[in-house]
Amino acid sequence: MTIPSKYPYLTIFARYTALLLLLSVFQQGMAQEAGDHQYTTEAIEAGSRVYTQQCALCHGPEGGLIDGVDLRRGQFPSVRSDDDLRALVRSGAGEGRMPGFNLRPEEMNGVIAFIRAGFDPDGIAVKIGDPVSGQALFQGKGECTNCHRVNGVGPRTAPDLSSIGAVRTPASLQRNLLDPATALLPINRAVRIVTRNEETIVGRRLNEDTYTVQVIDSQERLRSLKKSDLVSFEISDSPSKQPTTLSSDEVADVIGYLLTLRGLQ
Amino acid sequence: MKTLKSVWLTLFTAATLSAALNVAAQVSYERILNAADEPENWLTYNGGYSSQRYSQLDQITPANVNQLQLQWTLQNQVFGAWQSNPIIVDGIMYVTERPNSVMAVDAITGRVFWKYRHVPADGARICCGANNRGVAVLGDRVFMGTLDARLVALDRINGQPLWNVEVGDVDQAYSVTMAPLVVKDKVIVGVGGGEYGIRGYVAAYYVDSGEQAWKTYTIPAPGEPNHDSWEGDDWQHGGAPVWITGSFDAELNLTYWGVGNPGPDWNAGQRPGDNLYSDSVIALDADSGELKWFFQFTPNDGYDYDSVQVPVLADIVWRGTPSKVMMWANRNGYFYVLDRVTGKFLVGKPYVKVNWSSGLDANGRPIPTPQPEGMPTYPGNQGGTNWYPPSYSPRTGLFYFSAWQDYATIYRAEETVFEPGRAFLGGGFSVLAPAPDAPTIGIGRTNPINNWTNEVGHASLKAMDPQTGEAVWSYDQFDVSDSGMLTTGSDLLFTGGREGYFHAIDARTGELLWNVNLGGQIVMAPVTYMVDGVQYVSVISGHAMSTFALRGN
Repeated sequence: MTIPSKYPYLTIFARYTALLLLLSVFQQGMAQEAGDHQYTTEAIEAGSRVYTQQCALCHGPEGGLIDGVDLRRGQFPSVRSDDDLRALVRSGAGEGRMPGFNLRPEEMNGVIAFIRAGFDPDGIAVKIGDPVSGQALFQGKGECTNCHRVNGVGPRTAPDLSSIGAVRTPASLQRNLLDPATALLPINRAVRIVTRNEETIVGRRLNEDTYTVQVIDSQERLRSLKKSDLVSFEISDSPSKQPTTLSSDEVADVIGYLLTLRGLQ
Repeated sequence: MKTLKSVWLTLFTAATLSAALNVAAQVSYERILNAADEPENWLTYNGGYSSQRYSQLDQITPANVNQLQLQWTLQNQVFGAWQSNPIIVDGIMYVTERPNSVMAVDAITGRVFWKYRHVPADGARICCGANNRGVAVLGDRVFMGTLDARLVALDRINGQPLWNVEVGDVDQAYSVTMAPLVVKDKVIVGVGGGEYGIRGYVAAYYVDSGEQAWKTYTIPAPGEPNHDSWEGDDWQHGGAPVWITGSFDAELNLTYWGVGNPGPDWNAGQRPGDNLYSDSVIALDADSGELKWFFQFTPNDGYDYDSVQVPVLADIVWRGTPSKVMMWANRNGYFYVLDRVTGKFLVGKPYVKVNWSSGLDANGRPIPTPQPEGMPTYPGNQGGTNWYPPSYSPRTGLFYFSAWQDYATIYRAEETVFEPGRAFLGGGFSVLAPAPDAPTIGIGRTNPINNWTNEVGHASLKAMDPQTGEAVWSYDQFDVSDSGMLTTGSDLLFTGGREGYFHAIDARTGELLWNVNLGGQIVMAPVTYMVDGVQYVSVISGHAMSTFALRGN
């Protein structure tokens, strides 16, 4: 029986180190002109330091550690405007879970700039093309809809992309298309499970803990399995899709389309 | 009816008179000293001065543990991690709630007798959550430290405040989050604020008046020994907080305290020198506070490797010689055994992957191997372990604790100017993740979906043999764990984890015997006690404390 939840990741982990370094080079390579951010690069950089010192301990380096809040992607339970954000930082939130911060005006402006810039002080300028062409590519030549679902159309086996434009940065979308192996979130890894009843379940992992795993199987059924009932549980470390063969202009169009997907408005 | 009432009143009056003379019901120093002999109670944060978190109770056994049944639940009324450790005295439980409330609870039913609320001053600054880890008791009093760096004494029977004194300057970000330690006629606390450039200390107060008896800084002033481990005025804001309850050896009259990180946290180059006594254990005379010895785990720390773990004391035969030892799984990734009479290093070995150091020399001093900029450091910022209380079972001779395995951080150092009361961190860090946008682990768990997965780190409960310094067995979990440990006289080991499972494990073999999903992160240790012949086990998960006993009770 192979239940790879005990020590399977040592070698995988070693690989990630190299991968992470590669990615940082990749990112730098993509960093071009800062573009026309409404915030100055100086403010964003200053805000990056404030964020690291005052915010990152609880919100995490990626800003997504508090349930319901994703600072980098601009998801807040209540905040809309920058003034809302400023007031919240000053007075605290979450019934005392977040304390108020007495920041100087330039620190406050900086941290808001940093949050609004998607935590990206380098201002990565990803080429964004025509959404209409992008939609056609997404539904046709790109073969995206073979696995992905958008606004109620398409299979549920791969992650639903209906709001992907609200939760991912352009750089992240580009990386997913060009180099999915390095971009795949670990939770989304494909799994292959064989139960004691000799049933084979292939699907995508939704959640896992020490004793159980939750998946959506190839028939789009939500399955929760006890690991003690399994004969084998394999987690693939390669994504189920290959790097796209679309041209760079076509990739830009697809990104343009994906950025329009912002969920139910 | 009238007649009955008057009889009842007479009885009550008589009982009141005798209560005043009822010395046996008081929690005397002698009772705390011999806490191991009354396992029906849980008299200190760590279950006794040795901090073994071992109870002789053995009604619940490996054979019947699967008959455990929920007896009661107490819901917290506030959000945030509930890190409080309850104290149990003769059927009454004292437990704190965020930010600084104390409740007296019936240990059989979970119903609350009284609740005292202290509202911390607005200026209170806590880096990592409005935590309070519990109270201490002595006589008819309960003692609590507060987020605004005060120490409060309450009447144990009615919850009324008796005195309330300042421990530190709240405007300079001093705070108290630990449960106090009572020794003889004094109540002792340390201060938090290691992320704000405080100068740490441990201070003792007379239990009767709240008057300060002694105060010992964790950073020596000019003219004091080891001051030269700092340069310039770095010592004035060098951190070295003490935010976890210490231990006490009555025979040696020494209290032991783990000292936290130097500041700024991540820029070691900004504060050259060993930065004593940051990341050390210090032995202080219980009566005078005088420093008797110290042992530094991580000199000139640039990784936030607080040594705020619980000093676990045991008298064992160590490699053939009867020894008074101290066992310590440190945040820096090494497990240590020290001679607690002198502070001499006996053995130390890594229990997780360590790459900031290539090993320890003959005196236990680490050989530093700092990683190049941008490369991951093992263990990561939250450490190989942290403040969560371990356990030592004198029956198995093993030391148990929660480790974080395969967890690494990339640090970034930055020159930072100190300003009183403001964060003084010296850079930042990011957790090594398998993909650039992947979620990572933080201080607590706030998401029911583990979308960061074990690829960024996972829990490994380790059973360490102090003779060898190596793990005899380990028990892994998918998420990380901030749970402490409890061992019992029937060789059960109780612990939790961020996933919310409460586990009973065979303390000898590491075999899982029973578990239940309580649904919220377990970020403190379980405790056990006995009332009316029934053994209970209590654990806090999420916003609820759940108490179990064998079916039929």
